[in-house]
Amino acid sequence: MIAEAGHYALVLALALSLIQSTVPIAGARWGDVALMNVARSTALAQLLFVAVSFTALVMLHVGSDFSVANVFENSHSTKPLLYKITGVWGNHEGSMLLWVAILALFGGLVAAFGNNLPLSLRAHVLAVQGWIAAAFYLFILMTSNPFLRIATPPIEGRDLNPVLQDIGLAVHPPMLYLGYVGFSISFSFAVAALLEGRIDAAWARWVRPWTLVAWIFLTLGIAMGSYWAYYELGWGGWWFWDPVENASLMPWLAGTALLHSAVVMEKRNALKVWTILLSILTFSLSLLGTFLVRSGVLTSVHAFATDPTRGVFILLILCFFIGGSLTLYAWRASTLKQGGLFAPISREGALVLNNLFLTTACATVFVGTLYPLALEVLTGDKISVGAPFFNLTFGPLFVPLMMAMSFGPLLAWKRGDLLGAAQRLTAAGIAALVAIAVAYAWTYGGSTFAPLAIGLAIFVIAGAMTDLAERTALFRAPFATAMQRARGLPRATWGTAFAHAGVGVALIGIVCETTWNSEYIGTLKPNEVARVAGYELKLDGVTQRQGPNYREMIAQFTVRLDGEKLSVMTPSKRNFTTRGSSTTEAALLTRGASQLYISLGESTNEGAVAVRIYHKPLVLLIWWGPVLMAFGGMLSLSDRRLRVGAPKPAKASRALQAAE
Amino acid sequence: MKALLAWAFAAFLLIGCPAAYAVQPDEIMADPGKEARARDLSRELRCMVCQNQSIDDSEAPLARDLRLLVRERIAAGDSNTQVIDFLVARYGEFVLLRPRFNPHTLVLWLLPPLALGGGGLALWIYSRRRSKFPGTRDEGLLKLTAEEEARLERLIAKETSPEKPA
Repeated sequence: MIAEAGHYALVLALALSLIQSTVPIAGARWGDVALMNVARSTALAQLLFVAVSFTALVMLHVGSDFSVANVFENSHSTKPLLYKITGVWGNHEGSMLLWVAILALFGGLVAAFGNNLPLSLRAHVLAVQGWIAAAFYLFILMTSNPFLRIATPPIEGRDLNPVLQDIGLAVHPPMLYLGYVGFSISFSFAVAALLEGRIDAAWARWVRPWTLVAWIFLTLGIAMGSYWAYYELGWGGWWFWDPVENASLMPWLAGTALLHSAVVMEKRNALKVWTILLSILTFSLSLLGTFLVRSGVLTSVHAFATDPTRGVFILLILCFFIGGSLTLYAWRASTLKQGGLFAPISREGALVLNNLFLTTACATVFVGTLYPLALEVLTGDKISVGAPFFNLTFGPLFVPLMMAMSFGPLLAWKRGDLLGAAQRLTAAGIAALVAIAVAYAWTYGGSTFAPLAIGLAIFVIAGAMTDLAERTALFRAPFATAMQRARGLPRATWGTAFAHAGVGVALIGIVCETTWNSEYIGTLKPNEVARVAGYELKLDGVTQRQGPNYREMIAQFTVRLDGEKLSVMTPSKRNFTTRGSSTTEAALLTRGASQLYISLGESTNEGAVAVRIYHKPLVLLIWWGPVLMAFGGMLSLSDRRLRVGAPKPAKASRALQAAE
Repeated sequence: MKALLAWAFAAFLLIGCPAAYAVQPDEIMADPGKEARARDLSRELRCMVCQNQSIDDSEAPLARDLRLLVRERIAAGDSNTQVIDFLVARYGEFVLLRPRFNPHTLVLWLLPPLALGGGGLALWIYSRRRSKFPGTRDEGLLKLTAEEEARLERLIAKETSPEKPA
């Protein structure tokens, strides 16, 4: 009964999305207010029905109803409740349902909080959302229905892939989808602007908060996923340049570029056409990511060819939306007027430079990810493009970008003073040189490249602080005045400083982890000691334990530093009986921002166990950086100017209408 | 995205790349210098039965064979390029995680610099064209007159004066 209700609710949502995608546009054409308002009610009703459908699937999973194929294949009655719930999106069908649920959520938010949007713009935006939603409802209902029943229900389920039974998975995909799908809003706004043939600074004011929301979630989602891989996959790597990772990195890079170009558009009414293009590209890359992950084309081109229904369906969606929006862009973009002149050396110029590097970085990831697929399809040659390629091509692009990052906020709009900015960055430059010298002396004889990178990171962080110091006149004015000014600064300025500093913090973590990581690989018997980076780790013994749905081998280590006992670490290896597979549960000991990391290998007959122990200096900065960036984003989002639903409805919409 | 990977993971568990660690204690070479070389080389080589893992990361039996082979060649006195050439001759270019620069990887290698150069050139031309045609008028707009300068000075002085009691 629940399954049928969920299925039916999904069909109703499809019907609503079809109405939402047509009626409001007709209304906008005929200037009929009632028809345009249909968009609002259908978007809200659609959200309700998708929520019902999603709740139904969650209930089926929680209740372990194995007569439903999706539950049978991905759940087990002994699985802990948390993983019964998170298992809903730990599989293809469920994750697609989550995708459309989040899409409906964003549509609903625009409908609910978009009262101060011009009516026809809101109608167009929601109609475009309706098109996207309709395409994905059709996809789910025709190829990936999570509510299908099994004729003869089995007694027990097949359990969820053990790697996915982890709290990281509970949070990571929803976050990532909030990011991916959030970019659909800026896409819809872009297409709506093209359809209306009208765009102005107020448009950017609307798009920026939505883009920012999506960007914050995507940033956190990527960071979460990276940390999850770090502790769960058991070999201490945190970024693998895997195609699936790249699929999320591309929209992030494009989205970051979009965020910056939207600033120029809002403040200076320039770069309109480019901002529209970036909005389209960002969401297109999100769709591409969905295609890459969901079609199975990455696992192998052959897997895609043997079961092509899903892949071809998403490919069609992809072609329709990307091709359609780009065609519309080519056709209508020339009708949008360019405005706002600026000199090359100016805040706008710096943001254009940022866009150039970010889009090049994005293109690099794009070609590296898709080239092997394209080459195999075209010529049959198989090549691999992996981490060494990306490190070589992607890394260097970030050096000039990060150099420019400190200068940008210090330049004035329209025409900036590069020399003046450089003078104000003297302190930051000195800090960077000191950092290089210290890092070089500390690691004398080691890598020469790493200290330079540390210096760059310090320059970025100090540059972000310089910006704040300049604006508050810290050191120039009395302290109390500076504090008063600091309170008066727009939150967006604080946001910029935090986000930029976050990039520097992450870079420090990346450099330290990759350059000064120490490891120990060996076989230990009980009471033997391994020494890593000054720490002594003694294996106390190995025990067996029975978990709820697995058996576990736990090794206990006592960690000592300079003969003093610090802590006990218990890495383990779990065997999941139902699937016959195992996971490594690494043990982590955090010391400041550094971590000790132990992961277990096979045990031998004599009671010895293979272990791999790492000391990863400042590794946590890799994730604190993105958290800082997301925090900066949230500060910026709370800026009065951007606060969603800020009370200036009537005036804003009239101004918009008059802008023609 | 790593979790998305994990969904693809289900597929790659089937073909035998459990996500545990890779280099086994018994593989390690006695000479730390040679071992370091072997590790560096391993990171450049692909485990061919896995999805996008280097043989340094993979626990698949094939990856172990390749790791041992690399160490064997190093022990036999091969240089790094000789080891790579040997493996490419045996397994094809698929084994390299960083493809070689040759005609069929031309686009791959040249796209990033071309995108940067092309984009930069386009921006340069665009900014020149914009500054040339609307030309003099904009200069007039961008430059302040002496009067405006003076007014600006006064405004700035007013703005900073309460902070400087002197």
